Amino acid sequence: MAKAELTFKDINKTVTVSTGERVIDVSEKEGSGIVYGCKEGDCGTCIMDVLEGWENLSQPSVVEDKILRENAAGRHQRLACQAQVLGGKVVVKPA
Amino acid sequence: MDAVINAATNREAIQVAERVHWVGALDPQLRTFDLILQTANGTTYNAYLLRGSEGVAVIDTVKEEFADEFFTRLESVADYSEIKVIVLNHLEPDHTGALPTLLQRAPQAQVYISYKAPKMLKALLKDEQTLQFNPVNTGDEISLGDRTLRFIHTPYLHWPDTQCAYLPEDYILFSGDVFGCHFCDTRLFNDLCGDFRFSFEYYYAHIMRPFRKYVLEALQHIEPLELEIIAPSHGPILRDRPNSYVQRFRELATSKLPIEQGSDKTLLIFYLSSYGNTAKMAQAVCSGAETVANVRVSLYDLAGGEVEPFVNLVEEADGIALGSPTINGDATKPIWDLLSSMVMIETQGKLGAAFGSYGWSGEAVDMLESRLRGLKFKVPVPGFRVKLIPTEEELQQCHDFGVQLGKVLTGKTTHKVIDFEDLV
Repeated sequence: MAKAELTFKDINKTVTVSTGERVIDVSEKEGSGIVYGCKEGDCGTCIMDVLEGWENLSQPSVVEDKILRENAAGRHQRLACQAQVLGGKVVVKPA
Repeated sequence: MDAVINAATNREAIQVAERVHWVGALDPQLRTFDLILQTANGTTYNAYLLRGSEGVAVIDTVKEEFADEFFTRLESVADYSEIKVIVLNHLEPDHTGALPTLLQRAPQAQVYISYKAPKMLKALLKDEQTLQFNPVNTGDEISLGDRTLRFIHTPYLHWPDTQCAYLPEDYILFSGDVFGCHFCDTRLFNDLCGDFRFSFEYYYAHIMRPFRKYVLEALQHIEPLELEIIAPSHGPILRDRPNSYVQRFRELATSKLPIEQGSDKTLLIFYLSSYGNTAKMAQAVCSGAETVANVRVSLYDLAGGEVEPFVNLVEEADGIALGSPTINGDATKPIWDLLSSMVMIETQGKLGAAFGSYGWSGEAVDMLESRLRGLKFKVPVPGFRVKLIPTEEELQQCHDFGVQLGKVLTGKTTHKVIDFEDLV
């Protein structure tokens, strides 16, 4: 399976993942400070900063866009429970 | 001030200000609220009616079982046809229980809720598919002619949707659960009723304290307001020295312990040990973390203290490491007692770690790590277990484990690359 590199800046770790992995699932296992609530794209708790590789994440859904807007998220913020790593390199940190 | 006020003598509205009436309900028999809160004095569900020159606003309602009392009080000062606005500062059922009936009786009324509340409102009123509502945010205003309500979104005080509504013409803050408490006194006003200081502090400790960061953010919006009355949704109406309650919130939300460590990062190590093995590990972890500059490490034997002071310590700390032996396939009760009390404080983003000695199976460390993650600690350093008595080599590994924790706390870790499959 194709691989991608996901880096958590807050704990200085890079994890090689299979493409399609959700950031939150890797973050939880790896112990990054990205926190979460519902894991269903509803509560907005897991907003993270995407520092690099924005284009290597899955596109936000209409629902995610709405939650990001409601939480006044910045241009390079995503929900870790919705964003999937599609390839290449992605660097994230807790918002 | 009023000579005699007794909300229990009849079910009429009680005047709070020239244009504002209390139309709430008394629940003196309540002893447990939301499963987690005790109250020796019951509670009140405070709802308010505001009359402007161009219509009436109802601010919050009451718990469903108390709807009759609410409606009777409301009817004593207004007709349903006059109600132009319904403000819901918080959607918890003890404040929205009478909403469906109120909407049937005042179908023309516009409902105003926090912009964070629509999904909750829909979930609360599942049969009211046609419900119309207006989401509002900080700074939004609604006019009732010569009276205005200005909204202040106060997220996580204590739900995501919670908000306050400020009446600038009369300097009244309808504060929802903020500045509230469970204390039922028929005299209603803080200058008349019994001593509710304990209830006020208890309510803060259980409802607001886990959201300390958000309390401080909300106070930035509330402190600049000129206040003559704070009208919360539970407990006494604060018309005598309302600012002192705002100030008390500021004090309660500010660090409980003197900050002596300056900019140092603090790591607390809590352990329990039946044969001294986990204690030796704890000392080694401590000695390792101490070698990292700008880390202040403290070591505590949980057998020698009570939970609450330790929880206070954790609230101020940057990280904790928990050491427990495995007994009967589990971590030990004092550790769980400590962890179960951490819902009282904000733990999000702190560093967490676990270690321990074990005899047969050693489940405790994994269990503690899971709980730490559940409490939103970050757990980047894998837990460390030793079978029975730690060797010198294993104690050195504990020492290194402590060094790693110190480095994570101070951001001195070297970049590490791993494969996700190794973690799963």
